[in-house]
Amino acid sequence: MNVVDWVVLVGTMVGIATYGAWRTRHIRSLNTYLRGHRSTGWGTIGLSVMATQASAITYLSIPGQGFESGIGFVQNYFGLPLALVIVCAVFLPMYRRPGVYTAYEFLGRRFDQKTRLLGAGLFLLQRGLATGVTIYAPAIILSAVLGWRLDLIVVFTGLLVILYTVMGGSEAVSLTHKWQMAVIFCGMMTAVIVLLARLPDGLGFGGAAHVAGALGKLNGVDVSLDPKRRYTLWTGLFGGLFLSLSYFGTDQSQVQRYIAGDSLRESRLGLMFNAMVKIPMQFVILLIGALLFVFYQVIGPPVFFNQAEWQRHARGPDAGAFVEVEARHAVATKDTREAISAWLEARATGDAAAEATTRAAMVDAHRKSTALRAEAKKVLVAADPRAKTKDSDYVFITFILTQLPHGAIGLLVAVMFAAALSSKAAELNALGTTTTIDFWRHLRPLAAADEARNVRVAKRFTALWGVFAVAFALFAGFAENLIEAINILGSIFYGVVLGIFLVAFFLRRVGGNAVFFAAVGAQALVIVMYFSLDIGYLWYNLIGCAACIVLSALLQRLLGSMAASPSASSRADSFPGASSSPRCAPRAGSRRSWADASCSSATTAITIRARPARSSVIARRASARASTSRSARRFNGNSRRSTSSRSPPTGMSERRDNCRITWNAP
Amino acid sequence: MSPALPPDPPSDVEPPGLPGFRSWRAVYVFVLGWFVLVVVFLALFMRIFS
Repeated sequence: MNVVDWVVLVGTMVGIATYGAWRTRHIRSLNTYLRGHRSTGWGTIGLSVMATQASAITYLSIPGQGFESGIGFVQNYFGLPLALVIVCAVFLPMYRRPGVYTAYEFLGRRFDQKTRLLGAGLFLLQRGLATGVTIYAPAIILSAVLGWRLDLIVVFTGLLVILYTVMGGSEAVSLTHKWQMAVIFCGMMTAVIVLLARLPDGLGFGGAAHVAGALGKLNGVDVSLDPKRRYTLWTGLFGGLFLSLSYFGTDQSQVQRYIAGDSLRESRLGLMFNAMVKIPMQFVILLIGALLFVFYQVIGPPVFFNQAEWQRHARGPDAGAFVEVEARHAVATKDTREAISAWLEARATGDAAAEATTRAAMVDAHRKSTALRAEAKKVLVAADPRAKTKDSDYVFITFILTQLPHGAIGLLVAVMFAAALSSKAAELNALGTTTTIDFWRHLRPLAAADEARNVRVAKRFTALWGVFAVAFALFAGFAENLIEAINILGSIFYGVVLGIFLVAFFLRRVGGNAVFFAAVGAQALVIVMYFSLDIGYLWYNLIGCAACIVLSALLQRLLGSMAASPSASSRADSFPGASSSPRCAPRAGSRRSWADASCSSATTAITIRARPARSSVIARRASARASTSRSARRFNGNSRRSTSSRSPPTGMSERRDNCRITWNAP
Repeated sequence: MSPALPPDPPSDVEPPGLPGFRSWRAVYVFVLGWFVLVVVFLALFMRIFS
């Protein structure tokens, strides 16, 4: 990298961060800080959702995936459009109607506070740990390739993202996402153009695609039912649907992005934009990898793309083995190049027999070359058993640094940092929001009325999570297989969280006690299975979700039968949110929504009344009277609509009469 | 405390406001149709270049 690259890189990163912080410096409203500005349109929401999902690893690793295994990985995203349609039709109206800040706040209103805390706690646990990896994973690749200090990259990116996320909250995250995605699009387009321009004369896109296809890199749809195949149409449709539903439907880092905006329409259009664009986008990124594969077959790839790791060991006592495998690989590469040329010439002549012969020779040459790359990894491990042998993550960055002109190198490195910052910012924003809304305000209910204090607390929690993530990323350098460990941790908890939400949406008779204990039981089951069985960890998503749903239904049936007797009914009433209580449960055959029947916040409101400070009570009474008169008018006009769309104003109690709610000032 | 966002209109009656689409169901069908087209394109792409 030269001065031009540095100017582009630093200018882009610092410029976007400064813009985000500057534009949002006057935000004082909690709504705006946590949910973003009311005028946020569907384009911003759509880009923000996309930027949150795509981290730096997406742009570093997925081209490597295309290089190594072809574009079959695109099938992993086949469940995404269907999942987003379900989120739009079911999840989104449920989140927006009561005007919640977090997905777990919704659980509190649908069930009870303990279920809300359970959901929020599981999110904080898995996302809090994963957020350190979001910084660490790209930093370790960039530090290896660029020769920069790992700790400095981690601290620089961490401080930058903390700065604007803390200052502007959700609004700053959405604003910067737009520009970061613009940088990413420009950078990736630049890479595609340069890659196509660098292909040898006479090859072109068509020729390169034919070579990639002949060598098995363009198998985008695999209808095989073989369960051993990792990426097929079916695993993508079913597994992808499940994973996408978990991620987009219940992960606060995504929910916070799409509950912003002026109306339900904007949120829905933003999600539909992603449903349409995501698969083509992933296809293009994977295709870059497949074209890189052809490019390196022609110009000759290094035997191992992580050259820093290779050179570090190649100078050691086993240098002879390294030199030998490099020499053999160079010969195999030359043979592959010649075989590709022969096949392309045979295709041009239209001689079918010659084409078949040369194609077989090309496939054989490529197989030998691939075997030598595998042998090189063995040599590396023989020299150092702890050596990192996965080099596909280094393919794209190697191309960027060796083939792109100056300026474009800075832009593409900026793409990686922009992607790291964008996903990191959304995660920090979600962690700060969940900690503030679901934990701090729950433990300090009286403070909920002080909006300025809420914003201050949300900022502090966001900063705290940022510092934690940076510290974790610095520590992560000492851990082995950390990324996989985080993925396993996520799979262990994601399924149960999705199960809780699916029960909330679709099993309307299930109450808070049933789902809470079912979730705890399902989580215990998953953990026991994890330590006692040897199955792929992705299956725990499905097992946890299914166990939570089934146990919830069974427990609710048990509680329902207990509540049928008067003594049991009075016991059930003592639990906040116990919808097994006949007084609160929907009548049989009723089509009323959950909010009509929910009694979840009654106990909270009573608690609030019991402990107010004198001065704050006076101030709140005044605002409560005003809002009471407004609320009463609204509720009298349409009780069903209003009860499902308003939260209880702080400092007011609620009285229920056959599940019709009226507000009364204390 | 600033008030919560005003309630959205019932989700099944709010029009998507897109030309040619009268309901959200039509939008969802269009998106799923687009997905099918993308899968068909990928299959054709594979067949052409393999």
